[in-house]
Amino acid sequence: MSDKPPAVATPAPKAGTGRLKYDADDEILERPFDRGQFQRLLSFLVPYKRPLVVTFLLMLVNSAAMLAGPYLMKTAIDQYIMPKNLAGLNLIAIIYIAVHFISWISAHYRVKIISIVGQGVLADLRHKLFDHIQKLSFRFFDGRPAGKILVRLTNDVSALNQLLTQGIINTLTDVMTLIGIIVIIVSMHARLALISFVTLPLLILIATRLRGVIRDRWRQVRRRLSMINAHLNETLQGVRVTQAFVREKRNMAWFDGINRDYVDTWMRAIRVDSIFGPLVELTGAIGTMAVYWFGTNLLLKGGISIGTLIAFTSYLGRFWQPISNLSAFYNQLLVAMASSERVFEILDTKPDVTDRPAAKTLPTIRGRVDFKDVSFSYDNEREVLRDINFSVEPGQTVALVGHTGAGKTSIINLLARFYETVDGRIEVDGVDIRQTTLVSLRSQFGLVLQDTFIFKGTVRENIRYGRLDATDEEIEEAAKAVHAHAFIARMPQGYDTELGERGARLSVGQKQLLSFARALLADPRILILDEATSSIDTETEILVQDALRKLLEGRTSFVVAHRLSTIRGADQIIVMENGRIVEVGTHDSLMRDRGLYHSLLRAQFRTLEEAAGAE
Amino acid sequence: MKTLARLFRFGRPYRWLLVYGVTSMAVLSGIGMARPYLTKLLIDLVIVGGQYRYLLWLSLAVVGVSAARGIFNFLRQYLSHLYGQKVVYDLRNALYERLQYLSFSYYDTAQTGQLMSRLTGDVEATRTFLSFGFIHMMDFFFMLSFVLVILFSLDWRLTLASLAAMPFLAVVVMFFDKRVRPAFSAIQQQLAVLTATIQENITGVRVVKAFARESYEVEKFSRENREFFNKNVTASNLWATFIPLMDFVSGLSATFVLWYGGRQYIHDAISLGTLVAFTSYIWTLVWTTRDLGWLLNILEQSVASGERLFEILDTPSAIKDRPGALELATVHGHVRFEKVSFSYGGEAPVLHDINLDAPPGSMVALLGTTGSGKTSIVDLIPRFYEVNAGRVLVDGHDVRQVTLASLRRHIGLALQETFLFSASIRENIAYGRPDVTDEQVIVAAKAAQAHDFIMELPNGYETMVGERGIGLSGGQKQRVAIARAIATDPRILILDDSTSSVDMETEHLIHLALREVMRDRTTFVIAHRLSTVKHADEIVVLEEGRIVERGRHDELLRSGGHYKRIYDVQFKDQEEVLGTAAGGSPAGSAEGGADR
Repeated sequence: MSDKPPAVATPAPKAGTGRLKYDADDEILERPFDRGQFQRLLSFLVPYKRPLVVTFLLMLVNSAAMLAGPYLMKTAIDQYIMPKNLAGLNLIAIIYIAVHFISWISAHYRVKIISIVGQGVLADLRHKLFDHIQKLSFRFFDGRPAGKILVRLTNDVSALNQLLTQGIINTLTDVMTLIGIIVIIVSMHARLALISFVTLPLLILIATRLRGVIRDRWRQVRRRLSMINAHLNETLQGVRVTQAFVREKRNMAWFDGINRDYVDTWMRAIRVDSIFGPLVELTGAIGTMAVYWFGTNLLLKGGISIGTLIAFTSYLGRFWQPISNLSAFYNQLLVAMASSERVFEILDTKPDVTDRPAAKTLPTIRGRVDFKDVSFSYDNEREVLRDINFSVEPGQTVALVGHTGAGKTSIINLLARFYETVDGRIEVDGVDIRQTTLVSLRSQFGLVLQDTFIFKGTVRENIRYGRLDATDEEIEEAAKAVHAHAFIARMPQGYDTELGERGARLSVGQKQLLSFARALLADPRILILDEATSSIDTETEILVQDALRKLLEGRTSFVVAHRLSTIRGADQIIVMENGRIVEVGTHDSLMRDRGLYHSLLRAQFRTLEEAAGAE
Repeated sequence: MKTLARLFRFGRPYRWLLVYGVTSMAVLSGIGMARPYLTKLLIDLVIVGGQYRYLLWLSLAVVGVSAARGIFNFLRQYLSHLYGQKVVYDLRNALYERLQYLSFSYYDTAQTGQLMSRLTGDVEATRTFLSFGFIHMMDFFFMLSFVLVILFSLDWRLTLASLAAMPFLAVVVMFFDKRVRPAFSAIQQQLAVLTATIQENITGVRVVKAFARESYEVEKFSRENREFFNKNVTASNLWATFIPLMDFVSGLSATFVLWYGGRQYIHDAISLGTLVAFTSYIWTLVWTTRDLGWLLNILEQSVASGERLFEILDTPSAIKDRPGALELATVHGHVRFEKVSFSYGGEAPVLHDINLDAPPGSMVALLGTTGSGKTSIVDLIPRFYEVNAGRVLVDGHDVRQVTLASLRRHIGLALQETFLFSASIRENIAYGRPDVTDEQVIVAAKAAQAHDFIMELPNGYETMVGERGIGLSGGQKQRVAIARAIATDPRILILDDSTSSVDMETEHLIHLALREVMRDRTTFVIAHRLSTVKHADEIVVLEEGRIVERGRHDELLRSGGHYKRIYDVQFKDQEEVLGTAAGGSPAGSAEGGADR
């Protein structure tokens, strides 16, 4: 995969098609600790300073209460049970209950507050990311498949969840608990404490070394799993092709292979993973044995009490969990580093098309458009537009004609300011579009693309996307005008029919009609149709022609189309080749000139002639 | 329960693994019971009793018990995972096989996302149950019985007294479990909504930007994001309420044991060792009880997941080989439709009484508006769907009487919405016949006019395409798909609007090349451009599932119906440009759209 060159020369980048989609198969799962990045992550906690302090205090209380247990037990045994002091026993039971009660209340509020903080931080982060992505320009989306961006907002943010919520607080708790245990047992009996630590180095070694191996093996499992999932997803999407080409058996053999491989990888991971627990337990048992051995000796010599010995083993039993947690936290940290790097990468991506500081709101325009010496390149290497100059009067229809890759779509992309010109300027009503706000500019545009996007929701909601405050009547009117009403009315719930995943239940032509209705409803001053009719069958197009005329009426329109019927009526036809304008004129004048336009059309119709056979 | 029984039946070949795993678990729990008892002996015999000679043995016993526990712990974990993995391996393969063969009608209504969540989430839940949940459930009973036996044999009064809190704890656990589950599924649902919202926004970014709807989108997202926050906090609050409460109840019972046991000791009813061991056992009991909710959860989830998985396995494939189906060794490509009617599912019929006859080597063109039934007709030839009435014949055989594989192997298909796999272009073209030579791949690509652009790609035919490769334009994808269809060397070729994104000149070249390739073979073409359709042996015009016109180009022009109208729109341009008056259509005829 890595030998892929960074860029592909062909075909010319186009809105919606022909873009690069590099997707490294192995996403980086972990990253070494990076202090700056960690601090940046912590900065998301700043708005929650106060609840965090409260949580911290609650945590201290909670840990202290937890640690009090064995000590109370020791006190009970040594001072009241052994000396047979009933009243004292009652007292210690009451204290014990009180401690549990404090622990209960503090834990309750601690969990409650930390979840609000943690979820709040995540919601903030997600919101910030989403907000930022809305501002990013086409260039950003060109290079990335949608799935990848989605994962940033879901999986990567969730990976930070662990760190930011439980991670940090739990780690503090663990550190406190460890310190607490050490302090208590050392103060109870320093020498016995030292002896009980005999196995500690071994424990730490296991925790770090074996954990590393285990982590590595599980990582391989995850990688296999994501392979399986990717394959399944593709299989489901392409199942029709599979069946059409009778590939079922071969697919099954392939799947069996990755499935088996997954099981083997899993079992390899389990083998080391299953050793971990027993090893830790055994090491712990050796520690306990040492404590029993020396403790009992001490006890018999009168060095310590029975209660102390029991409390000792009890504390030692609580020693392992925090250490294990801390090593898990370290893993978490590495994962979070990789995730946060990806999240920050998006947050740090500067939109290349933004409102300038002094950008003005563009008032309702009349629709004059001027391109002045415009040059443009998608990759700063290959110029796709060179010295483009033309003017369009309000209400005119402009047809852009030329071969695939001539630069027609690029002109449209620049006009809507999806990309910024490299050179020259574009004016709408005499105002440089870079001096206006994006919202005020684009809200006066209507855009119908070849690839129609249908949102999840009802038919009505989909049309309403063009103008959010449109009434139901207006929506139906728009649908009627573009001849979409008939098929909508035939649908089970009419305008209230839910459209599924990307409008799966509509044919390409029907989707196109919906997008026409959407554009008409928006009532834009400038209308752009980018190969909008190429997926519509001729009969439907006959119907739509009339709707189109209605749509084009009284607005400045830019049309990219192959259909002569659409082109011919244009006030201005701009003929392009290799990023330059080679001819401008009306159909009649261009036909008279017998230039590129003429030969383009002739070439097209010659193919018709040939197709028709020698008649 | 039925689902579980079926799940275990499914895992029958590996049942011994399960038996050994559960046995190891039982031994493990049994040995685990020794630890507190050793402590009791240490206290009673050595510390209080002063029998120093036992110290060494007891200390060694502690290590010995741990070592034995370690061995069985390893065994039960390894065995139960092996069992779970083996069963799920079979399950995954079975599901995969089923999904390969489910018919088109199934996929018309199924959503990829939902199927994926079954294949991932539900399979994982099932595995968790098999290699983890079940064995722990068994352990729950082992632990419970072991602890109770030991406790009662130590001191039955103390046992009864200290068990008083257990039912209460169990109630809290169950109550929590009941409340927390809907809260978590609410989170999952909201997460799905949130994800869908984001995904839609990203895939539809061009529309969003074109209509300058960014702030509307942020608002929409914000709403779902807040809801997600709320759902999470609600669940966490349950957590915050119940878990500390459980801790408190557990602590109460431990305190009670200390207090009551202490009194018993003071009254000389029990030994100190018994008291200490008792406290240990009570904690074991408490933790076992607290696992109850979690175990029930796994159980219920796996039942629900298992049901969803078996539902897939039980879905009959609507289209399959009939018993005694014929193997079509060679096909000439004679396709006939006899009085065919068809509808999707139980819906209104989309085809009525269709009769067609395409002799080998002929070309049939289908024309009609969106939804008129063109695609339905061609989908019936490879038997993607079953006719409701009438029959479809290939070389005189009813397609239902031949095996699917042998039928489809002779049919090449290219669709309008092209799907390419994440693989090299070469592999994509060779998809239907993986054994074709590189030369054959290139021949197919050349015929589909794809060779030139492929050669310009960075790695030529080895360039990766599909979701994880480079993006091709719509027209390029369609051309690769046509090459894929040709590469199978089909006797019947179906092009379902498969050149809609290809420009006119290229389309024309494709059809010229196809005429060469498809000599003596049968071709079905759905297209909008008459240039493609014009030279067909039969042109069929459909309207609302019925054939309204049929014939050759010139016949249809003469009859002056639908075809003529389409022709007028498309060809009057040509006459104007070329200045010829071919086809007998007066240039002045209506501008289109005048018919309604």
